[in-house]
Amino acid sequence: MFRVALFTPLVVAGISLTTPAFSQSTVYIPAILELSGAGAVSGTNFRDGMLLAIDEINAKGGILGRKIETPLLDTQSDAGTSRAQVQKVLDNKPYVILGPVFSGSVLVDMMLTQQAEVPEIVGGEAAAITQKGNPYVFRTSFGQQFSMPKIANYMRDGIKAKTVSVLWVNNDFGKGGRDNFIKEMGARDIKVVSDISTESGQADFSADVVKLKAANADAIFVYLNEEESARFLREARKQGINKPLIGETTLLGQKVIDLAGGAANGVRGHVGLTIDAPIPAVQEFAEKFKKRFNYACDHNGIKGYTAVYFIKHVTEKIGKFDSKAFAVAAHGITITPKDEPGILMEATWDKNGDIDRISFLGEVVDGKQKIVETLPKLGK
Amino acid sequence: MATFIQLLVSGLATGAIYALIAVGFTLVWQTSQTINFAQGEFVMLPAFFVLAATNAGAPFWLATFIGIALSVLVLGILFKFIVVDPMLKYGVLPLVISTIALSLFLKEGVKDFYSSQAQPFPALVPAIDIHVFEAVISTQSLAVLAVAVITVVALNLLLNGTRVGRQMQATAQNVTLARILGVPVRRMVLYTFLINAVLVAIASILVSPIYLAKFTNGETLGMAAFIAAIIGGFNQVRGAVLGGVVLGVLDNLSAAYISSQYRGAFPLIILVAVILLRPQGLLGRVEERSV
Amino acid sequence: MTRFGMLVFVVAVAAGVTGPFLLRPFGLYLISMWAVLTIAAIGLNLTLGYAGQVSLAQGAFVGIGAYTAALLTQAGCPFVIAFVAAGSLCFIIGWILGYPALRVQHHYLAFVTLAFTTLVFLVLRNEEWLTGGIYGINGIQRPNVFGWSTAKAINFYFFSFGVLAALAFATWWMLRSPWGRAFVALRENPIRAASLGVDTRRYTLMAFAIGSSLGGMSGALYAPLVQFIEPNSFSLGLSFSLLLMVIIGGSGYFFGPFVGTLIAVLLPEWLRVTEGYYLIVYAAAVMAMMAFCPAGLLGLIERSARALGGRRRPETTQALVGGADS
Repeated sequence: MFRVALFTPLVVAGISLTTPAFSQSTVYIPAILELSGAGAVSGTNFRDGMLLAIDEINAKGGILGRKIETPLLDTQSDAGTSRAQVQKVLDNKPYVILGPVFSGSVLVDMMLTQQAEVPEIVGGEAAAITQKGNPYVFRTSFGQQFSMPKIANYMRDGIKAKTVSVLWVNNDFGKGGRDNFIKEMGARDIKVVSDISTESGQADFSADVVKLKAANADAIFVYLNEEESARFLREARKQGINKPLIGETTLLGQKVIDLAGGAANGVRGHVGLTIDAPIPAVQEFAEKFKKRFNYACDHNGIKGYTAVYFIKHVTEKIGKFDSKAFAVAAHGITITPKDEPGILMEATWDKNGDIDRISFLGEVVDGKQKIVETLPKLGK
Repeated sequence: MATFIQLLVSGLATGAIYALIAVGFTLVWQTSQTINFAQGEFVMLPAFFVLAATNAGAPFWLATFIGIALSVLVLGILFKFIVVDPMLKYGVLPLVISTIALSLFLKEGVKDFYSSQAQPFPALVPAIDIHVFEAVISTQSLAVLAVAVITVVALNLLLNGTRVGRQMQATAQNVTLARILGVPVRRMVLYTFLINAVLVAIASILVSPIYLAKFTNGETLGMAAFIAAIIGGFNQVRGAVLGGVVLGVLDNLSAAYISSQYRGAFPLIILVAVILLRPQGLLGRVEERSV
Repeated sequence: MTRFGMLVFVVAVAAGVTGPFLLRPFGLYLISMWAVLTIAAIGLNLTLGYAGQVSLAQGAFVGIGAYTAALLTQAGCPFVIAFVAAGSLCFIIGWILGYPALRVQHHYLAFVTLAFTTLVFLVLRNEEWLTGGIYGINGIQRPNVFGWSTAKAINFYFFSFGVLAALAFATWWMLRSPWGRAFVALRENPIRAASLGVDTRRYTLMAFAIGSSLGGMSGALYAPLVQFIEPNSFSLGLSFSLLLMVIIGGSGYFFGPFVGTLIAVLLPEWLRVTEGYYLIVYAAAVMAMMAFCPAGLLGLIERSARALGGRRRPETTQALVGGADS
């Protein structure tokens, strides 16, 4: 019993120890990310892209003369922990919040940031995030409600498929993509003959390849995370699948190509954000990233990098550190690389916080991603 | 029919991996009552030793030896003396908790000190696809199968054919009696740990080209090891092998024919059924209760 | 209880009641989480510490309770009913699970409960029509208890603290009863208990079912606390965390769960200075603690108190309120 008493002052001390002091010469933009657990890869990529941008901006004097201060908080890929971290940073009155990447965590954090009227630049791709009428949420990558129609159009016009199989990973990323994809297929009268879920971290895809072969659709849409994509491609090549394998960003990424070896050749699909885009600014960013962090980043790294420059540009536009004014100014804004090189590609934000940007159709040829076509922005 | 054969063949290949991991797990449990919840991470780690050695400039064959040696040192000797021995006197539960903590420690250690990204791992055996009947199997999978079989045969020879092996068996069956009979019990237990370390290192080097080296590899492999060991039967090395193979095949068949969303459920249901109906496993002997 | 212990207890309760006014919303959220998880830890302590059964299913019961409460309250049911429903459902499921499972030896029970937890996770994830699937259930409202809104952080804290106090008292009272003494007898010496005519299986099953029920009630509070639940939160990770909380606090000690949960909730904050390596430090700390003091923190304190020649309590109350020596 006295042991409990011993701990109470420690509790109070422990909690007050967690309140850092922020000076007037810095701006508090905390990052809440998945740094451990299932989302560690996405979270660490986002973090590193973000850190690269922050260091670049701070080296040039910061935003409006104030350096960016970004403590990192780990959600441990758990929504409850994520909520606690958001609560913690909100207690210290942040300007803007970066992250998280996991859509589940984003949804629960959004409730709090909306109440506190603090903008949040997130990495989550679930459609639901921008459909809740929250004027304070923004993202720097396509929501699944935008990327899936592009894939669906490609299926219908490019591949001219009448039947399709879907292979997806059973987490909120994969399920969200699969749900949106099936909806788009229905709208285009393409029949989904096979709907196969896989587990995150799965290593053995032989059963899934067997089922896909049996279903014999005109095309196969593959929506998995990186390593699983590589393992799947190898198994598919091994068992001799000859129908087109179509993917969305991940499947055609250089990382998957490296891990899958020759098995990735012939894969096609839509690519939203990629370091392989034939745009000099993006290439330069990829070089800088690789040099500093010693690995090739995925699309989450670009999300993090452009998010920081997005904040910088909007803040300079409104001329002050006002969270509410930020949200108002950010809706409808268009940022070009000419005005802000860090944004890498021209982007427009709509009234829901979704981004509109050019994207690409690509194909893996001889171990490299080749851009076959550039798709214009949806708006104008 | 072609699909069934393919599933069977692929299941055998995966099952061989599970078998290799389950064997070491079983041995350690038998001789020292250590339920090593970190067994999965034990299989994940040696690959990173090899990768680190390769990064330091060693050619692959040398890196492999270094990996196995480090594995024996860290996962065999250090594990026994630092983690297991201090806790044996407290009973099974603290040791279980400790191995759970150890698995977390190893996993986070690799993630923080090496990389959170998956790493390609060079293959000892080149990946060529062989067509068997109407199915395809990769030479890498055949290699795993072959190594698993050789390992089990070798272990059986060791345990039954040599004096040291029989002493190890005696230790596993009844520690007190073995001690009375003059068996150097502590040394026997150490040997089991060393054997496990070698087995997991071999498994790691064989599996990583297929699975890619990643810090989360331990999670699924560890679970598979437990299930395989229990299904097959704890008191026999053969049991672990059978359990692994059964698990691999069953997993594939259930994913293909029943439900892909519940594919993880079937091995677990079999596990529960075995524990409730036949706790000694398919091949195991019934354990006596000690009072 | 000794007079000193009584005083200390009163001080602790007073701190629990007045301290929160010093805290900001984040701090309040943390201690509300402490209160909610302690309920689950108390349940696990009954199963593990008193009945001696290793259960890895507690996380699943918290999940079942959370989903039950969330679905019922979102369908319009008053919170009190949802709370009772969550507890009862988990009691029944615990009983059904325990009936066959407790026949097997300890380490096998760990695996059976491990399988159960994963199976529950799969059901929660796959049955989208019922549970919302992988997307979880969002926007859970904080309950209105008898007209008092718990939407504010501090109100919810007092609500959960109140529930914790009530359940802790109920558990304490149960352990003091003849029934409870039989529980303790089970742990000390199951064979002797059996020879004295105690139906060990019945009591173990009861302990397991009550422990599961407490897990369910904890889940019923977890849902409105976080206001978002998804299957991933209730998988093996939570079961392991709860196990660690009970063990670190001291399994078998009545106040062990309180201490252990406090440590588990606060440690990430204290270890923040290690900048992201805190999981490694946490894991190493747990291993070290297991090597030096597996009776947990309360065991350590008791040992050092005795070593320093502290007052010895009479054996009977010791066994009831404190814990057994390992």
